[in-house]
Amino acid sequence: MKQRLVVIGNGMAPGRALDRLFEQAPDAFDVTIFNAEPRVNYDRIMLSPVLSGEKSFDQIVIHGDGWYVKHGVMLYKGCKITKIDRAARTVTGANGIGAAYDRLIVATGSVPIILPVPGHDLAGVLTYRDLDDVEAMLLAARSRGNAVVIGGGLLGLEAAAGLREQGMNVTIVHLMPTLMERQLDPAAGYLLRKAIEARGIPVLTKASTKAILGTRKVEAVELADGTVLPADLVVMAVGIRPNAALAKDAGLVVNKGIVVDDTMRTSDPDIFGLGECAEANGACYGLVAPLYDMANVVAAQLLGDEKARFRPAATATKLKVTGIDLFSAGDFEDGKDREEIVLRDAARAVYKRIVLKDDRIVGVVLYGDTADGAWFFDLLKKQADVSEMRERLIFGPAYAGGGPLDPMAAVAALPDDAEICGCNGISKGKIVAAIAKQGLTSLDAVRTHTKASASCGTCTGLVEQLLKGALGDAYKAVTVQAMCPCTELGHDEVRRLIVARKLKSIPAVLHELEWKSSCGCAKCRPALNYYLMATWPGDYEDDSQSRYINERVHANIQKDGTYSVVPRMWGGVTNSTELRAIADVVDKFKIPTVKVTGGQRIDMLGVKKEDLPAVWADLSAVGMVSGHAYGKALRTVKTCVGTEWCRFGVQDSTRLGIRIEKFMWGSWTPAKVKMAVSGCPRNCAEATCKDVGVICVDSGYEIHFAGASGLEIKGTEILTRVKTEDEALEMIVALVQSYREQGRYLERIHKWAKRVGVETIRRQIVDDSERRETLFDRFVFAQSFSQNDPWAERAAGHDAHEFRPLADLTLVAGE
Amino acid sequence: MTLPDWVDVGGFDEIPARGARVVATPSGDVAIFRTADGGIFALRDRCPHKGGPLSQGIVHGESVTCPLHNWVISLETGQAQGADSGCAGKIPVRLEGKRILLSTAAISVTAAA
Ligand code: SRM
Ligand SMILES: Cc1cc2nc3c(=O)[nH]c(=O)nc-3n(C[C@H](O)[C@H](O)[C@H](O)COP(=O)(O)OP(=O)(O)OC[C@H]3O[C@@H](n4cnc5c(N)ncnc54)[C@H](O)[C@@H]3O)c2cc1C
Ligand code: SF4
Ligand code: FES
Repeated sequence: MKQRLVVIGNGMAPGRALDRLFEQAPDAFDVTIFNAEPRVNYDRIMLSPVLSGEKSFDQIVIHGDGWYVKHGVMLYKGCKITKIDRAARTVTGANGIGAAYDRLIVATGSVPIILPVPGHDLAGVLTYRDLDDVEAMLLAARSRGNAVVIGGGLLGLEAAAGLREQGMNVTIVHLMPTLMERQLDPAAGYLLRKAIEARGIPVLTKASTKAILGTRKVEAVELADGTVLPADLVVMAVGIRPNAALAKDAGLVVNKGIVVDDTMRTSDPDIFGLGECAEANGACYGLVAPLYDMANVVAAQLLGDEKARFRPAATATKLKVTGIDLFSAGDFEDGKDREEIVLRDAARAVYKRIVLKDDRIVGVVLYGDTADGAWFFDLLKKQADVSEMRERLIFGPAYAGGGPLDPMAAVAALPDDAEICGCNGISKGKIVAAIAKQGLTSLDAVRTHTKASASCGTCTGLVEQLLKGALGDAYKAVTVQAMCPCTELGHDEVRRLIVARKLKSIPAVLHELEWKSSCGCAKCRPALNYYLMATWPGDYEDDSQSRYINERVHANIQKDGTYSVVPRMWGGVTNSTELRAIADVVDKFKIPTVKVTGGQRIDMLGVKKEDLPAVWADLSAVGMVSGHAYGKALRTVKTCVGTEWCRFGVQDSTRLGIRIEKFMWGSWTPAKVKMAVSGCPRNCAEATCKDVGVICVDSGYEIHFAGASGLEIKGTEILTRVKTEDEALEMIVALVQSYREQGRYLERIHKWAKRVGVETIRRQIVDDSERRETLFDRFVFAQSFSQNDPWAERAAGHDAHEFRPLADLTLVAGE
Repeated sequence: MTLPDWVDVGGFDEIPARGARVVATPSGDVAIFRTADGGIFALRDRCPHKGGPLSQGIVHGESVTCPLHNWVISLETGQAQGADSGCAGKIPVRLEGKRILLSTAAISVTAAA
């Protein structure tokens, strides 16, 4: 019979232990996990980006539900174990559920410390530990009210920055004289404080909390000096305590945490203690790197490797607040036997300090420029003798060896055992070997195979350097491609920040997201204009100076500076009135070319810019509107003749095409959107190579999407089948709205689908009817601001300056 | 007939910020640009690449991106930026109060010839 392994707690430490276990012996154990939190294993250290709105919970899940199925693991979500019976070898939960074990891992993590001041139990007083806390904070943040964060350590600062991002007025109350005093010296603490205050977060140091005031819910925080700070939300982030009560009740030896030996066994050899709840060598740990070391030992021991031992190593800390770079490791107390090397650059707000003892690094603090953190940390851990390079040491690896090197060379100079990913303890050698052996070519592949850069992500740059070093020019950084040279942020980040920070104008984006140019460039401005318009319909005022000329004047510029005019012909259907109006306009304005387009309508080419408003006026007179042939917008909906005329037609494809076009015209999209509806699977409207296509079948409508037939050729994917026209319209509208919200500027639907995943899109649009309906509603709301014919507006005088010269000097000067 | 050295071609407010307007002249169209911080510049409205109308491009910083193939042209010098090279002739222009004055020497037929 297989051995039964039971795990109490489903945090990051046991998650890692199980990964190791399954890698080496997928079938050795029957695994059951009990988790008090009602969810799968996720990356706790990434809660701060969830709070600030930069990531969603989905993006920080480590083991999704599928992982448990794949490994045959029984996971009880939301089940807290209350008793371990060591004699009977069973564990039991509050609701009577339990399991018997041969081996047990206790990994109950920590509990946040709550200051026992009066009022600590009022509604609105939270700690910062799990997703529930984050959700409660996000809810409170909707009030846009006041928040007080008690504690100026890593967690407190991340909570404060996140709440500020969410629009709250935040004050930090900290007992000690400087921030993060356990990791930073006072000089770095001072710079950090300035940076935090510059974000509009006042910091009160040497401030002791006396009471939390309020009747039913929190209203204010009172400090010992009498100051009263109004508060709708209080977050206590004053420290953690190993969660060892359960183990203690079971009679295991407990000191600060659950006492374990260097094989990670507790006083009962069948029970392991793992993670923040464990105390090894008299110390408890609160950062993942050492916990992952513990996890490796537990996995090895379970598999019979008795030599595996946990050896405590120095840990390094980074603060995950976007825009603040800070790194600290080791010990930096002053001392007679210690020397220090300090570098300050006030203009760049850079501060670096290295503490040496006997020519070896014992502590490092870097503020403002942390690129060399990994290198210093490596020297520290190895206790390397640095006397040779002492003079240049502070300038980092690029200079320490002699002349300046480029960053690539600096990474290349790292020894193989230098740690690159601190969270997961992955060395340079391991990454380089994985790249070579498994033929990895992308950051994502390195993440899946080695776990490097898969947690907090601060080592991403280093991993990319390694990829570049290994692959040369063949490596293309794909992850966060900056939008343009004006910023380091990628499209997705910018979109998220526009939402999270409620940015509603281009200047606001450029300022808040710290653009490097004064007013953007021709790449980012049109993208920002689209993102703002799609995010804030009705609120955001379109910036025509940030649009490409075609969209600014609502016609396509031609190579000689004239324009083409393509009116809509709904579903490709026209009539004699429209054709007559076109013929008259062509004569009246001497338009040189009239052509039938590939999109079932008529193009008039070679119109002079000054003539455009008058041409449009004549077309508007018979009810013709802009075809948006120039826009990142809905283009054509091609149709075939369908049941109206065709002997094979099974549904009225022409009617559905016209209905879709009339419903959706005028909407702006990340890139152009072309559709088609075919009346039967013979597919005369070529619906299976469009962005969105419909094939009519006997039983209804088959909805396709993500086709391409331009620069690339690709058949569509089937989204779903529906029975009625109404349902077809709802699906298509929801699909396009989802694309409007997720697509990157200039990314066609097929590329978006490839990036997001066809399955995901199906799940979001087809399976989740609630989501579909809200997407539909959001589209309809946005349409109420965009279904105005731009041609009619301009024929009536709007933006007249676009079409007239400022002055005509040909007559005066020519005389 | 002799022309004054400078001719009034319009008001500052008639050009949108980060935008441009055209002045038709005997030696061809001239594009007058207004930058975000209120600078006024004038160039021949012909991209050094294939003659694209620069007045129709997107204005950013002190540059304009040509609408036809995205060359970036400096408003200060008329020179193409980056890897491209070529120059769209620069024409003297100045502001007097809120009026825009263009140099006539640069735009009359004789000057252009
Ligand atoms: C007029 C037309 C050709 C024609 O005479 O038939 C045309 C003309 C142009 N196409 Fe097209 N395309 C036309 C149908 C198509 C089609 C066929 C269709 O729509 O069924 C395709 C393939 C389907 C597709 O879009 O994937 C097509 C794929 C492209 C592409 C490649 C897009 C891609 O992502 O693969 C471009 C380039 C681009 O957008 O960057 C392009 C770009 C252009 C531009 C805008 C080139 C430019 O940047 O100036 C041309 C503008 C001419 C003008 O001023 O009117 N045109 N173009 C067609 C107008 C359709 C309409 O009524 O709106
Ligand atoms: C906001 C935040 C930011 C952080 N940032 C960083 C960082 O940047 N770098 C870093 O290295 N570390 C960081 N940490 C610390 C890091 O997340 C923890 O050290 C790590 O997650 C601890 O892992 P664990 O498995 O020991 O415990 P946990 O991840 O806390 O898991 C313990 C689990 O056990 C469950 N449990 C407890 N009791 C029972 C019971 N009786 N029955 C069943 N289940 C039970 C709990 O519900 C919990 O889910 C951060 C922590 C937080 C909260
Ligand atoms: S195929 Fe090329 S040349 Fe022809 S219209 Fe399309 S973009 Fe222009
Ligand atoms: S004509 Fe200006 S870039 Fe080609």
